Amino acid sequence: MFSFAVGSALSIASILLVVVALAAMLIWVERRLLGFWQERLGPNRVGWFGILQVVADMIKIFTKEDWVPPFADKFTFVLAPAIIMIVVLMSFAVIPFTPEVGVIDSNVGVLFVLAMASLGAYSVMLGGLSSNNKYALLGSLRAAAQMVSYEVFMGISLLGVVVLSGSFNLREIVETQADGWYILPQCIGFLIFLIAGVAESHRLPFDIPEAEQEICAGYHTEYSGMKFGMFFVGEYLGLVLISSLITVLFFGGWLGPAFLPPIVWFSLKAGVFIAFFILMRAALPRPRYDQLMSYGWLFLLPLSLVNLLITGAVVLGTM
Amino acid sequence: MFKLIKDTLLSQAVTLWGVFRKLFVKADTVQYPDEPPYMFPRWRGRIILSRDPDGEERCVACNLCAVACPVDCIALQKTETEDGRWYPEFFRINFSRCIMCGFCEEACPTNAIQLTPDFEMAEYERQDMVWEKEDLLIDGVGKYHDYNFYRVAGKQVAGKDKGEALNEAQPVDVRSLLP
Amino acid sequence: MMLLFYLAAVVAVIATVCVIVQTNIVHALIYLILSLLAVAVIFYTLGAPLAAMLEAIVYAGAIMVLFLFVIMMLNLGQNTREQERAWLAGRGWILPALLAAVLLAQLLYVLSGVEGMSAPEQVGVMAVGARLFGPYVLAVELASILLLAGLISAYHLARKPGAEDE
Repeated sequence: MFSFAVGSALSIASILLVVVALAAMLIWVERRLLGFWQERLGPNRVGWFGILQVVADMIKIFTKEDWVPPFADKFTFVLAPAIIMIVVLMSFAVIPFTPEVGVIDSNVGVLFVLAMASLGAYSVMLGGLSSNNKYALLGSLRAAAQMVSYEVFMGISLLGVVVLSGSFNLREIVETQADGWYILPQCIGFLIFLIAGVAESHRLPFDIPEAEQEICAGYHTEYSGMKFGMFFVGEYLGLVLISSLITVLFFGGWLGPAFLPPIVWFSLKAGVFIAFFILMRAALPRPRYDQLMSYGWLFLLPLSLVNLLITGAVVLGTM
Repeated sequence: MFKLIKDTLLSQAVTLWGVFRKLFVKADTVQYPDEPPYMFPRWRGRIILSRDPDGEERCVACNLCAVACPVDCIALQKTETEDGRWYPEFFRINFSRCIMCGFCEEACPTNAIQLTPDFEMAEYERQDMVWEKEDLLIDGVGKYHDYNFYRVAGKQVAGKDKGEALNEAQPVDVRSLLP
Repeated sequence: MMLLFYLAAVVAVIATVCVIVQTNIVHALIYLILSLLAVAVIFYTLGAPLAAMLEAIVYAGAIMVLFLFVIMMLNLGQNTREQERAWLAGRGWILPALLAAVLLAQLLYVLSGVEGMSAPEQVGVMAVGARLFGPYVLAVELASILLLAGLISAYHLARKPGAEDE
């Protein structure tokens, strides 16, 4: 019982704990890194190097008044933040962290992640719709269009990897990368997946649904207390999820030279991508809404289709 | 096509690299309470009332500062000593209204009211932000070391008669025919 | 697996009933999503993981999002809820209930003819793909032509009037 194996209680509990704790810690990591990249220090007062800032924030957010606006649709309003947490945590079920650590070994892992990502759109949409607020509604309209569109390219850009590995199982995808990571043959697919991943977790520069400077805070304008906290942690969980997925699909998951254990390799690779996402937030400006849409449909969609076509042709030709 | 790639990918990559390099640049932050920041002498902070080099109050209670104040935070009442020297009976500044604009300093004809580089004025009670003359008045001359209003003005006070001020001509003797 | 099947079936039936009787359209939509997800679980227990995932991605994930998108645009308030309540009360129930009862009777009759459910066996993604592009390739092509027609007509409808000259 107390040994790591795919699906064991210990494995599931440690994944759940580590992932949620990591997402909370990321709030501090992100603020610190953003500080360094903007030539300031970031939070460094609470605890060692400000590491207890997270605890302080948590105490604040837990003890805040949990307010539901009287004009809101209460059922939906309460439901919305729960959806994003559930959906993102469910997605972690199929991620193979190491050969031993994982929750399930699904034959449709890639599709499962895509399904959960598409359900994540409801959280944002219902949150905005139930708030009964114009800014929130605008935010959720934007979120709906953005997430439905970018889901398409996300799925198609993954299919190149699926064609090469011949499996929808994420664990098998990692194992087939033993003789070469898929970043080399699938560099276009990787780029598209990266962009779509940012758009899907609506992080900057694609945080159009919650653009503070344009529409207040978008879909979570009316949220406060722990309900807002769940949206917040859900966003960071999404960040961890996208980084893990990139690691698994394109960078060989836990594979690496044997002097480090597999979990360290996985965390290192995922950590690099988390840092990269934060760097994108620090550096890149937000595109306009129609630019995002036309960029997706007119540039990324054809590119991902061509990528899939060429990959398929090459695989057929070498078979 | 090349332009598209250049615009979408290359320029973003250049930006990302430029921002990434900032990781190795020293931060501009001053760790304020531990590390006091350098305050410029002309910084507009807490307001004081200064004294002239003789140690008398500079303020002549002309009310120009109260008139100039855009938020009406200055209140004062004029009174006189027996020898004719004007001074404020009370002088009150409500710092919870003050916006540190410095208009009072510009309006003051005697350089009495001055703004200092001190800005640490937090209180728990709002009433504690109202400062009376005893709180405002300092024992020094502030930014203007030599200026003494009564020494240059024609006003007659104890120890200085008409015509004894700096650069002042003797008063015209209307009963004399001499030029 | 059997328990899971029945549980999901019960959830699907209750959620679908709630879709019909709900007067708040957003709540009805949430119940519809729940019903679709329950159907996805049923697919999974019947040994069709691909169909289950596609149900979740396409129906629950994409089509329902578009429904919600449209509802957001419509600005439905208290008035529509009262109208809905008025429609639901009274004799409007009789005919649909009768039709549904006929359908249910047929279903029961058909099911009674089946002797024992065969044990569910997993059908992999590859097997489904091979079938689609093997014996059923004609159906796939027909479906793709239908989708192409839909795409072209959507483009035609969305085009700005007077933009033909460009």
